[in-house]
Amino acid sequence: MSAFWISFLESTLRVSAPLVLAALGGLLSERSGVITISLEGFMLFGAFFATATALATGSHVLGFAAGGLAGAVIGALFGLATQSLRANQIVAGTAFNLFAFGFTPFLCKIFYASSAGTPSLTINGSAWVPVGVAAVAAAFVHFALQRSRPGLWIRVGGEKPAALHAAGVSVRAVRVGAASAAGFLAGLGGASLSVYLSSSFAKGMTSGRGFMALAAMVFGAWRPIPTALACLLFGFSDALQVRLQGVLLGGAPVPVQFIQMIPYLVTVVILAGFVGQSRAPAALGDESVVE
Amino acid sequence: MRHFSRWRLIARTAALFSVGLAIGLSFVFLAGESPWHVLKIMARSACGSPYDFGMTLFYATPLLFTGLSVSIAFRGGLFNIGAEGQLVMGALAAAIAGAALAPLPESLHWVAPWLGGVAAFTAGALWGWIPGVLKAYRGAHEVIVTMMLNFVAAALASYFVLYHFKNPNSQNPETAPVPEFFRLKPFAVFMDAPVTWALPIAIIACGLVLWFFARTRKGFEISVLGASPSAARYAGISEKRVVPWLMAVSGGVAGLVGLAEVMGNAGKFKLGFSPDYGFLGIAVALVARNHPIGILFSAFLFGGLQKGASDLDLETEKVSRELSVLLQAVLILAISAQGFSLRGRKRGASLSSPDPSAPGDSKEAPIA
Repeated sequence: MSAFWISFLESTLRVSAPLVLAALGGLLSERSGVITISLEGFMLFGAFFATATALATGSHVLGFAAGGLAGAVIGALFGLATQSLRANQIVAGTAFNLFAFGFTPFLCKIFYASSAGTPSLTINGSAWVPVGVAAVAAAFVHFALQRSRPGLWIRVGGEKPAALHAAGVSVRAVRVGAASAAGFLAGLGGASLSVYLSSSFAKGMTSGRGFMALAAMVFGAWRPIPTALACLLFGFSDALQVRLQGVLLGGAPVPVQFIQMIPYLVTVVILAGFVGQSRAPAALGDESVVE
Repeated sequence: MRHFSRWRLIARTAALFSVGLAIGLSFVFLAGESPWHVLKIMARSACGSPYDFGMTLFYATPLLFTGLSVSIAFRGGLFNIGAEGQLVMGALAAAIAGAALAPLPESLHWVAPWLGGVAAFTAGALWGWIPGVLKAYRGAHEVIVTMMLNFVAAALASYFVLYHFKNPNSQNPETAPVPEFFRLKPFAVFMDAPVTWALPIAIIACGLVLWFFARTRKGFEISVLGASPSAARYAGISEKRVVPWLMAVSGGVAGLVGLAEVMGNAGKFKLGFSPDYGFLGIAVALVARNHPIGILFSAFLFGGLQKGASDLDLETEKVSRELSVLLQAVLILAISAQGFSLRGRKRGASLSSPDPSAPGDSKEAPIA
């Protein structure tokens, strides 16, 4: 029994790591004032480029890093689309999700002759690598937001962009930077999924984890440590749901779907202010042009 | 004046559309295929024969419903990104209604499809109403709530399909087939393409929405609310009264996808049947600038892209059918980009310049 629980907790940590990374990314960009529903797309991008790089170089660490970089690029493009081209943040987010969903199999077809995914990796990194990285990232984002100058810029950008502008800092640059950082972290999240948790890239493999990360971020009230803990909770219910699939309870199979939907229902309840509080940055979704 | 700006808007959309198409096709070029060749394949595959054209119409039908759904909510300044969950609930309800109506005596068979439509609409409407109420009374942002409810709908559908209505004759996660009299008949003109009465119904729905917003007092109130919440407040238009049922109607229209899929195409509810029709609806509404007539065109266009790309895997070496998704994404981005728009153009509620929460205009802020 105790072995069961240990392995269960281990799998919770492992499935939570990609969520933690993506949610922290979303947090940075949302705290700067950009609604980021495109985490899903960032993750897919990271997942594909990480696998492609790992396949090419034979190194999972390089692949992991490449996933982050690819995410940073696509995140910066998202930032530019919303801040410079002034595309609506939700529409652009949807477009970036679609783009990643179409572009990654498109590339798979070109490079690996099948749009279903990449071949399997033969190298195997330990699944604890992303867990460690996620833990460090949570601590880093927490301190960076509170103690560093860019962290301050991000917070002011999301609360009162005009003040940032008055201080001589470009709101646009801060937000594009934050979106790029979001892409980097979410890209790492996607990379942990493909390189460390499943050893290949498959079309649409994130299957909603970007949105799940977003939910965890709302759950964690846009604060780093609570967000990371919320991801653990989401990961826990995910792992539990997988474990209970096909398990009979009193002669009948457990309807795991109800376990599956708990985190989302709780997020809605929290958001509606029935339990606890979750306050978004004041200037989130702000489209005013300061120049 | 009005006509002038409308034509300019259409011209601008067309220009941005071409830019998007050019960018999208440059991916084809980079893949090492001729864009012209790919375009020809897509055009032939989308409307080369009555069957192909029928398939385009078939793909366009759910997009008509979801595009319309998104645009209805958006008229009131609301972002319904939950059309996906609403259409799942609608389709599920249609399948359950089909199972429940199986023992109907033959003299009453004609009533069954109508009841199915009502069930689909009602289930979708309920799934839209919930975020509407939470928005109006609790200030919960509709974007996150609808997104969460998409997951809940998917889980609920999986539960009902696997535990209560599973098709005993199939390994796939799907419900048992609905009775024959419950189904909509396909039009023979399109050969075997499943174009059914769902399409005319979708077109009629577009007409109704057009009439509603152009001619009725309620429609006007919603437009005011969407254009300026503070003006609406001064005019005595109650957000609490309007928002829940606006979202309910929006959700209901998305739910009608159940008509096209369960009663038209498949004759049963298949888990995961929708290739993100709900999210594509955002794109359809955006390209159409929320205008019901525009939605007819853009849904048809997106349907054509989807059908057109379906043969690419077989007919080219390097390009896969995902090109359609890629093209759609680039088109959305191109059309939503306002960076090079003419300053000062700001039409009430257009998807690209939504101002549902102008700073200081709205009390609630939580957005994902």
